[in-house]
Amino acid sequence: MPGFDFSNYNRNAALHARGVPLPKATSTGTTIVGCIFEGGVVIAADTRATSGPIVADKNCEKLHYISPNIWCAGAGTAADTEFTTALISSQLELHSLSTGRKPRVVTCMTMLKQHLFRYQGHIGAYLVVAGVDPTGTHLFTVHAHGSTDKLPYVTMGSGSLAAMSVFETQWKPQLTQEEAVALCSEAIQSGIFNDLGSGSNVDVAIITGEKTTLKRNYIKPNERVPKLKSYIFKRGTTAVLNEKIIRKEDLGNFVSVHELAVEETGDKMEVDA
Amino acid sequence: MVGKDCVAIACDLRLGLQALTVSNNFPKIFQYGDNVFLGLTGLATDLSTVSDLFRYKVNMYRLREERNIAPKTFANLVSSSLYEKRFGPYFVSPVVAGLDPKTSKPFICGFDSIGCIDFAADFIVSGTATDQLYGMCESLWEPNLAPEDLFETISQALMSAVDRDALSGWGAHVYIIEKDKVTKRLLKGRQD
Repeated sequence: MPGFDFSNYNRNAALHARGVPLPKATSTGTTIVGCIFEGGVVIAADTRATSGPIVADKNCEKLHYISPNIWCAGAGTAADTEFTTALISSQLELHSLSTGRKPRVVTCMTMLKQHLFRYQGHIGAYLVVAGVDPTGTHLFTVHAHGSTDKLPYVTMGSGSLAAMSVFETQWKPQLTQEEAVALCSEAIQSGIFNDLGSGSNVDVAIITGEKTTLKRNYIKPNERVPKLKSYIFKRGTTAVLNEKIIRKEDLGNFVSVHELAVEETGDKMEVDA
Repeated sequence: MVGKDCVAIACDLRLGLQALTVSNNFPKIFQYGDNVFLGLTGLATDLSTVSDLFRYKVNMYRLREERNIAPKTFANLVSSSLYEKRFGPYFVSPVVAGLDPKTSKPFICGFDSIGCIDFAADFIVSGTATDQLYGMCESLWEPNLAPEDLFETISQALMSAVDRDALSGWGAHVYIIEKDKVTKRLLKGRQD
């Protein structure tokens, strides 16, 4: 596996020592949940990404594809969740191609935890792994340091406490699919409204033995009210000192293409047969 | 910023060393094809390293694939190139703007310094005036702006934001990217 490039590490440490602030990474600052029901599993997430106190993305995607029957919800450092899931997804696809079997959720979870443990928590990916495979329905959480849990209902991220309070009061064994979806979206909404790091919409993925259904923006409880007035400036408001227009058709004026005649001179180069 | 069948990308022109202004003609927008633009903010040494690195990578892509790179492909190239340096990142936060070569649909996205892509349907901001720009764009931007209106909106948003940031300013470059032409304008801005 190709690794990371540390070539800027010492420079950045020296820069930091001289008072240059380290750049802020986008965090998902998330509420993510998962819940098993009769015949499958559902995972859900909010859609807010933050950079410090600023909302960086109001409608980001936190449900990541691993394989058709395994999906992952990610919290923590946004880039880490994105790339870790993509890496494991790719390895799992190759693994399933070479074994000729469908990928298993435990395999996925084990690969994730071994990868994350190797990096001692520096890869800040906190994941909920869910899926249905030939051995049954599975739901796991994987922490950045490499620990894992296997539970019938799980929550993670900054809104995990808000979401867990919903599960602890409303969860019951043998839920139906509809009940599980309603419970998960209720848990996410409690994260959206009570946790400052979570917000915007609810994304849901339902995985059963037959198929996976991704419901992007399943609930939109925070739609922006359209502006009552338009704030377009009158054309010509901005003072312009210089203007240059490059038209595509003019680009040809800068490049000329000549077809060269093929000359048959001398011996042809010998090519290995 | 996204408009109707067009996108705009703009930057200020200051190069500074903390509070000391070193140059007032330091553009931060780079072109990587007919309709692919990259804006970079952050540490100037990384700005030139990263812009040159992508020029090299895009040229290699063009030679290998015998076609120009699409904005979406370029965005993924930027993302994976930045994430490769996860534990020793470049101090840059890039912005990609362009039109899809096949559909001509507007495409913009932003990144943090380790390559997390922020796909947005409206606008992306980055740099020292980020907070001010968010405020300006959130209030001035509206959907389906014509190229001329998009120019006024992005210019006024940038100028207002930059005037409230001590570390930005000294004029601005604005690119309006349309299907068959690109208009580059130099704005008259405060020189203090």
